[in-house]
Amino acid sequence: MSRQMLLRVTEVEPLTPLVTRFRFEHPERAALPLFSGGAHVVVEMPDDGVLRRNAYSLISDPYDGSGYEIAVRREDTGRGGSRFMHGQVATGTDLRVSLPLNLFALDPRAKKHVLIAGGIGITPFLAQLRQLERLQQPYELHYAARSQAEAAGLKLLPQTAQVHVHISENGDRMDPGALLEGQPIGTHAYVCGPEGLIAAVMDAGARLGWPPSALHAEAFAAPPPGEAFRVTIGSTGAEIEVGPHQSLLEALEAAEVEVDWSCRGGACGRCETGVRACHGRIEHHDHWLSPEERAAQTKIMPCMSRFRGDRLVLDL
Amino acid sequence: MTKHFNDETFRGDYTYYNSPEAIRRFPFPFDRDSYMYSVNIEQHPGGPAGSPFEYAFDVDEHYVAEMKDRAITLAEDPLRCQSLPHMELAGWDLLELIMEAKARDYPDLFGLHKDGDRWHWINRPLRIDQRFTFLDATTLPYGPMEYITRQAQGDFALLHEREGNLWMDAGMVTSQADWSLDFDVGMNFFEWHAPVPKAKKMGVFDKALKFLLAVQQGQAYRRLNWTMTVNPRLDTSPENYHKWGPEKRTITPQNVGRKQFLRVELQSFWRLPRSNAIVFPIRCYLACLDDLASQPKWGRRLHRVLRDLDPVLVEYKGFAVNRDIIVAHLARYDDGAPTSPGIFPD
Amino acid sequence: MPNTQFSPSIDSRPVYPGLTPHGASPAIMVADAEGAAALRELAARDASVMDRAQVVLAAGGAAGLAEARALQALQPKGVSHEPDLAAALPLLRRLLAEARMGTRLYLAGSEGLIGQVSALALDAGLPADAIESEHRGPIARRMQCVHCKGITEGVTTDPFTCSHCGLTLFVRDHFSRRLGVFQGVCVDAETPGIIPEPQEIRP
Ligand code: FES
Repeated sequence: MSRQMLLRVTEVEPLTPLVTRFRFEHPERAALPLFSGGAHVVVEMPDDGVLRRNAYSLISDPYDGSGYEIAVRREDTGRGGSRFMHGQVATGTDLRVSLPLNLFALDPRAKKHVLIAGGIGITPFLAQLRQLERLQQPYELHYAARSQAEAAGLKLLPQTAQVHVHISENGDRMDPGALLEGQPIGTHAYVCGPEGLIAAVMDAGARLGWPPSALHAEAFAAPPPGEAFRVTIGSTGAEIEVGPHQSLLEALEAAEVEVDWSCRGGACGRCETGVRACHGRIEHHDHWLSPEERAAQTKIMPCMSRFRGDRLVLDL
Repeated sequence: MTKHFNDETFRGDYTYYNSPEAIRRFPFPFDRDSYMYSVNIEQHPGGPAGSPFEYAFDVDEHYVAEMKDRAITLAEDPLRCQSLPHMELAGWDLLELIMEAKARDYPDLFGLHKDGDRWHWINRPLRIDQRFTFLDATTLPYGPMEYITRQAQGDFALLHEREGNLWMDAGMVTSQADWSLDFDVGMNFFEWHAPVPKAKKMGVFDKALKFLLAVQQGQAYRRLNWTMTVNPRLDTSPENYHKWGPEKRTITPQNVGRKQFLRVELQSFWRLPRSNAIVFPIRCYLACLDDLASQPKWGRRLHRVLRDLDPVLVEYKGFAVNRDIIVAHLARYDDGAPTSPGIFPD
Repeated sequence: MPNTQFSPSIDSRPVYPGLTPHGASPAIMVADAEGAAALRELAARDASVMDRAQVVLAAGGAAGLAEARALQALQPKGVSHEPDLAAALPLLRRLLAEARMGTRLYLAGSEGLIGQVSALALDAGLPADAIESEHRGPIARRMQCVHCKGITEGVTTDPFTCSHCGLTLFVRDHFSRRLGVFQGVCVDAETPGIIPEPQEIRP
């Protein structure tokens, strides 16, 4: 678990009907640790007896320690974290926030950076832009959104020649192949957004012969919902019920079973947990385990993955 | 200034010495009577007051002399300090980390005053008074990493994280245990550790890399490593191996107690904020066998560890030719009595 | 003669898995006289690899001429014939500087050629996973003396004499991709004058 700070919400600004920007500052105005573009923090939300923890990319200037800013999209069908932020957080609310952690860093060796964002996936790039400006590295950014009204990024992006906005409602659809074609040697491309966009960029890259090391995708996502299931704690034999909108990690935490964690999005590997017995199938949703490890069903990443079957005994 | 700094050398006439206090606070690396590789990691800083673990960057009686020795080495071979172009930001992160720590932990020796990006650094032991603009390398006499590591004891490796690995893309290395920064710069974690025997088979590096990748801001760690060196020499580089190599054959039963040194590396690991890089400081401490044996627990234990050490490690640590003389000498300090657990003297 | 099989070694020692065709993507191909055969075999497996390939042959003499003709017959975008690798370097620098993402680099020949051109390409920004390599020809290493930093080409024995400072060096498997060289370390540093009998370097 990362070290945490108790921070105060100092600004709440709706950017679009669905997306709101929040600013956090230290209650005594102490400087917060700086970070690198692409970093996220985990915000802890005491929601009516349930402790929710969601990861959000930092969108503010990485070199400005006076505050942290995030942009949260309200997911009405989601697990409740974003609804909590939209419904119960106001200026003056104090929340626990982790130190920044970066799993989606720019490669500073790049001769050029191509940033590709879809929808709320613009968030990590907002901090990266500031970093690139500061380091004076060549880049271009492409931002796709469905409609003008939904494009929260429009209020946060600088209007420069390197920033290109594609609004599909206006007939301007982003073509990943065209963005990657003909880029100079040493270019790195980064994509964050809906799975379809990530897949399209990866496919275009593969088709154009881009080596995987030059293509980066923001790997972590929110834990997917699913059917309720039960797990057994190996050491105590205790049975734990995981609800449809709860992750296994959250259920373990609620039952006070200790598990290490950091990103809560299947990317960092911290929560890796051994499986003693598995009668059924683990639904792996993480980006950490290798295909062989998944097939073996001897490990699970509780922050993302679920289970379907009769019995799953965890090595806890 | 409260602290005393030794007037001593690490080459030529080798006048290096440890005061009685320096011996007592020596970071003795063995917590039991035998040794095998392990990932023996603890949080850093943190430890008894006065120990080398108390502060982030320990400043001891050897500070001024070590910095002089580093300057001599760099004058002869500037490639001991290298930074690939993308590592300058990590260099600034490191400069900030060290300046803040030293000014906080040793306020009578160091001072740091910030006015936005305009910084004022005072290093009293080295008589440095420098005003500069943070993140503007043209305002310092060297690049940021070189500037600050000319004022900080120990070697430094700056590791860049990408592709699930760590790449040693910058460093200041003048007191290494026989590896070449000039050759290894740009290598990933497995490549630069490739020459270490046995550890790969044991999976030590897979675990160590996983651990390092998980190091986050605000949580630093340390471990101790060790080897043996003849004479109190910091520059045991491969570059100069043909110059210091012959000294290894000068050990006799008469001189071994004062000429054979245990070389301990206090290695720590820190995540840096702006660059997301990891810095890996490797601080070297030297003590001769007889000084160590002045603590009876250490005399007994060192004898047992070296007597029973795997020959492959003896070879790798480079003291195979002197092992018998060393063990025979240390035997006189080992009365067979049990030793207490942990590294600190009784 | 197929791709040389080297015995397993430490993690820093490069391995040369052999060339795999990536279709008609833009390509730079570099080979010496022995490596040229690997390029011909590559084209025999998939002729389209030559469609957008710029071939650089670094091979002098009659053998070089014959290989240049044979490669020309495969109809790549172009063939540049240089007497040796040193002569080819300015051209390679230019090709790499102008290359676009998606370009493959195919290297075939000695360890020295593969190491040196890889280092050049990585420095130009080409990702390591865009480089294909196959070892052909005699076992000879490009060695850097860790003491004087001088590079000795075509080393076939261990130990060997540094062609710059004259120290006798033993041949390590430790390899720097940045420099494209293996490391040579003084063999008699501790016992000056006591030098083991040189052995031929084996794969
Ligand atoms: S917490 Fe990061 S993978 Fe689960």
